Amino acid sequence: MFITVAGVKKEVKDNLTVAQLVIDEKVETPQYVTVTINDEFVDSGSFESTVLKDGDIVEFLYFMGGGQ
Amino acid sequence: MAFTNEQIERYSRHIILKEVGAKGQKKLLDASILIIGAGGLGAPAAMYLAAAGVGTIGIADADEVDLSNLQRQIIHATKDVGKAKVLSAKETMEAMNPDVTVKTYRTFVTSENIMDLIKDYDFIIDGTDNFPAKFLINDACVMAKKPFSHAGIIRFQGQLMTYVPGKGPCYRCVFKNPPPKDAVPTCKQAGVIGAMGGVIGSLQAMEAVKYILGVGQLLTGYLLTYDALKMEFRKVKLPTKTDDCEVCGANPTITELIDYEQAECDGVGL
Repeated sequence: MFITVAGVKKEVKDNLTVAQLVIDEKVETPQYVTVTINDEFVDSGSFESTVLKDGDIVEFLYFMGGGQ
Repeated sequence: MAFTNEQIERYSRHIILKEVGAKGQKKLLDASILIIGAGGLGAPAAMYLAAAGVGTIGIADADEVDLSNLQRQIIHATKDVGKAKVLSAKETMEAMNPDVTVKTYRTFVTSENIMDLIKDYDFIIDGTDNFPAKFLINDACVMAKKPFSHAGIIRFQGQLMTYVPGKGPCYRCVFKNPPPKDAVPTCKQAGVIGAMGGVIGSLQAMEAVKYILGVGQLLTGYLLTYDALKMEFRKVKLPTKTDDCEVCGANPTITELIDYEQAECDGVGL
């Protein structure tokens, strides 16, 4: 199936979970990333149980603390 | 208030814009904007807002200028090392534009002082470098119904979003709670390329100016991300269903401001 991750369309295996996608995408500090699928937040406790579907649009939103 | 001849000349490139005009320039001169943090983000934001003729600019920071700041904090100069950042920032802004009244607050923002700090300002710019301050500014602005610009920068990356009361998600809608101390690297630990503050801080000034003028589309409901190595900007749409947000949702559970624990490596706050 195809999903779009951070604006890039890519082919992934069926039944991919958000937890596995976070690993595959080498997300830095994965326990603190905010994930949205099709403009809805994914609860941070449900990455393992959230299975992606064909056509899903996934975004990773990262903490960015600097400024000074 | 009529413009002086000097003001007509100074602001001529604004006044000629149909989105600004004399009316818009008057709005800027009558506006008040608070910048929290006189650092990498706050420096360019403050300078562009001063140059633009924002009539009252507040600047809050407890730090002194350090030599290691000068790689990116362009409002301060080598002669200012050791000086209070708010004083150094005020001197630069006043030298740029005598139309601007600069109010300085040599303090960290805390749950005790932030409501009083923001209450007289039309728009707030978050130029802080740590999560406790970013969540505090968000919650205070939600509670006080103040619009603000969030931004963060690290390494070759930056992000920003704009919160306007009643329009779109707040920072806490997206990020829920501060990460534990040291869980996410800070600029001090990870580094930041100097011009990143210039890019993102200038975008914060742009959002503030657009808000004051009432023109264009603000970054409400979006997170703008910038990756300098890929030279890529992305405007990421944020979820619209945020009823369950702990601070701006339908039934907020956070009704008092919280002073989260500061990461030790951040040193002093702002």
